Amino acid sequence: MATEIRFRLNGKPATLPYNPERTLLRALRTDLGLTGTHYGCGIGECGSCTVVVDGKAVRSCVTTLAEIQGKDVITIEGLAKGDRLHPLQRAFIEHGAFQCGYCTSGMLMNAYALTKEKKTLSREEIIDGMEDNLCRCGAHQRIIAAIEEVAGAKGGRS
Amino acid sequence: MTTSLNLDRREFVKLLGGGIVVLLTTSPSELFAQQRQYPTDVNAYLHIAPDGRITVFSGKIEMGQGVMTSQAQMAAEELGVSLGRIEMILGDTDKCPWDMGTFGSLTTRMFGPALRAACAEARLILMQLASEKLGVPREQLVVDDGIVSVKGDASRKLTYGQLAKGQAITRTLDEKAVLRSVAEFKVMGRSPKRMDGVEKVTGRAKYAADITLPGMLSARILRPPAHGAKLVSVDTARAEKVEGLTLVNQDGLVAVLHADPETAGQALQTIVAKWEVRKVDVDQDSIFDYLVKKAPEPDVRDTRGDLAAARKDAAKLFELTWRSGYKAHAPIEPHAALAEVKDGKATVWAATQTPFPTRDAVASAIGFDPANVRLITPYVGGGFGGKSSAPQAVEAARLAKIVGKPVQVEWTREEEFFYDTFDPAAVVKIASAVDAEGRITLWEYDVYFAGARSTEVFYDAPNARVRVFGAWRGAGADTHLFAVGPWRAPGANTNVFARESQIDVMAAAAGIDPLEFRLRNTKDERMRRVLKAAAGAAGWKAAPGPSGQGRAIACGIDAGTYAALVAFVKVDEATGTVKVERVVCAQDMGVVVNPDGATMQVEGCITMGLGYVFSEELRFEGGKILDKNFDSYKLPLFSWVPKIETVLVKNDELAPQGGGEPAIVPMGAVIANAVFDACGARVDRLPMTPERLLAAIRAPKAKEPAAG
Ligand code: FES
Ligand code: FES
Repeated sequence: MATEIRFRLNGKPATLPYNPERTLLRALRTDLGLTGTHYGCGIGECGSCTVVVDGKAVRSCVTTLAEIQGKDVITIEGLAKGDRLHPLQRAFIEHGAFQCGYCTSGMLMNAYALTKEKKTLSREEIIDGMEDNLCRCGAHQRIIAAIEEVAGAKGGRS
Repeated sequence: MTTSLNLDRREFVKLLGGGIVVLLTTSPSELFAQQRQYPTDVNAYLHIAPDGRITVFSGKIEMGQGVMTSQAQMAAEELGVSLGRIEMILGDTDKCPWDMGTFGSLTTRMFGPALRAACAEARLILMQLASEKLGVPREQLVVDDGIVSVKGDASRKLTYGQLAKGQAITRTLDEKAVLRSVAEFKVMGRSPKRMDGVEKVTGRAKYAADITLPGMLSARILRPPAHGAKLVSVDTARAEKVEGLTLVNQDGLVAVLHADPETAGQALQTIVAKWEVRKVDVDQDSIFDYLVKKAPEPDVRDTRGDLAAARKDAAKLFELTWRSGYKAHAPIEPHAALAEVKDGKATVWAATQTPFPTRDAVASAIGFDPANVRLITPYVGGGFGGKSSAPQAVEAARLAKIVGKPVQVEWTREEEFFYDTFDPAAVVKIASAVDAEGRITLWEYDVYFAGARSTEVFYDAPNARVRVFGAWRGAGADTHLFAVGPWRAPGANTNVFARESQIDVMAAAAGIDPLEFRLRNTKDERMRRVLKAAAGAAGWKAAPGPSGQGRAIACGIDAGTYAALVAFVKVDEATGTVKVERVVCAQDMGVVVNPDGATMQVEGCITMGLGYVFSEELRFEGGKILDKNFDSYKLPLFSWVPKIETVLVKNDELAPQGGGEPAIVPMGAVIANAVFDACGARVDRLPMTPERLLAAIRAPKAKEPAAG
């Protein structure tokens, strides 16, 4: 039986004590000090805790450490390469695709997974793919525009 | 916003290396503790370091409305520097001038003038100092990005940094500084990228729950199953066995604290508590009659003309009742706080819209002088009025004082729904009449528990009366079964839903196009302008309703700003569902500080408004809240969002007005009116759930409101 949880976190190996039932959200925020991933509902409904595991967007509040054993985890802290922002991050700033910013990490990570899965996305695919991420401030229109700029049929990756 | 500097203002000033603020001899908390107005001392608002960096202090907080950037723009404009030189410190009670709170679209309207005046005065004094040092009259000096130079000889110059370091700002000038005019604007009136952008897209932005201290404990607090419940007995034996757990059971506060929040949460589950629940037989459907019965004596406001005569003369009296349920603020960030009580001082980091009142509440709860409490506000993850109240800060401080360690309180989403200060359920009853020319002859308006906001009669009804039965805060503690509070434009959403729906009912009955009907009935020039601007931008096609176009118009005044909305909808009459396709907003908000920021607020208003129009209504049984999370309380989703277009109607003669709320208030009516225009069904209760809309569609007299 494993005595540790081993996985890759933002490109580097990471280890946590074997606590398979612990949620990934708590492990990230409390054990690893990565507070860019936010709690919003704790039941997988809001998406503000979204991280990317093996290329797929998952809700870290309902993901246990057992589920990430040996996997590759990317959080908002791992999206930029050093000071170089990811095109999605730049597009979010360019379009003003956030207000309070609390949902933003989850929006970006969900969008990141979407654009990993498929290089070019129609507007409908973007809306569909983002549908279950909540934003109370109402930045939706600009979030769609930002993602379109990076992965839309017209713009393409900048 | 600083979250790391744990210094008092004087140390802070030393740290920045001197400059003009260094002359503050009293500590700011002493300076502001007793003061309940904006200070006149410019030093309270800004500090200029020798290297020319400018720190601006404001008691307002950043919760998404963009005031970090817009306030920096105002300061930069008046000082004559570029935006890049400004750093903002917001919502820190030890550093910032006193402020009552960030609500009511007041930042730009009320604090803005004080901030601009202070910065304009600082600029004038700096120019005077430069004039003395350079031996050149002030008129011959120009300032560019904080560098004062002699006109025509740029080599003779002094920077603000050099000036501030060399001279004291205690000096006063006889003349009053003049604010920059719109024509002179270099930083205001533009849309720079938000100053909080990089932090927010990289996850570096700190919210209250992200702040930690060594040795900190996470607290979970025992909560009642319903409002009004009394604790009969509590058994904490099992929780006490959890390793490393601290139990608090004092004056009704039962909490478990642990270094690990998950362990604290699990320990809380093991507590067995017995409660005595007060039974009150009322729910989200019976609440309206319940409230009307509880109505206090009305506050009679706008009375004019002869109501009885107008009633008698009316060919037809339109007597309608409009209702809307409780709504949650539901910011995605729940309330959170961290408190440390040490050496007779308390420091609290809290998600709050009211740093100073929250500081005072903390002080009184733990028996401290407010001067010994510092409230620091990190980024706030949405407020909408719901963080005007911040009891989690008091909880954290009380617990920190009891256990002698820093304590973090993070509300769960369930706690957030339970302790929210909901937008009140409310009822509006209107009796009105219209003459053969389509002019309103009578306007009798009774509102129950939505308060007076947006009840002003700007339509030219010669016979009118407005009676306000109970404020939006209720009338005494027992009006509502749980807490209510300010929700983005308190009460105005309900009042405007009622008024603008009633206007459309009359327009339709009179066979007059709804835009034409409004124009015929108001001489208010600002209103006429926004109505025409919205209609023009939307490509309005005149026709009496229901025209089958599925379009409508509604308007309102809020926070000094005029807004008119045109919406286009498609109704599925088989399912009672509605798709809003396009919303055009025309808004006159006076001088616009940041056009893109203002546009974002409009978009936010319209998107948030979709929630209370279609789905948001708190369900409850007496004091028991049934909606506990987003699985049953539904916020607007991406697929709901229409194409939103914003027209900012130029009005540079008027000082900047509020922008955070005006565009949300006509949402109820504009959508209800558009649904009527599409299919002839009139909804009189928000939210218009598919069931309610279907009932209206199937109502025998489809053009009259259906009983919901
Ligand atoms: S916190 Fe995980 S989905 Fe809401
Ligand atoms: S930006 Fe505030 S919740 Fe999305």
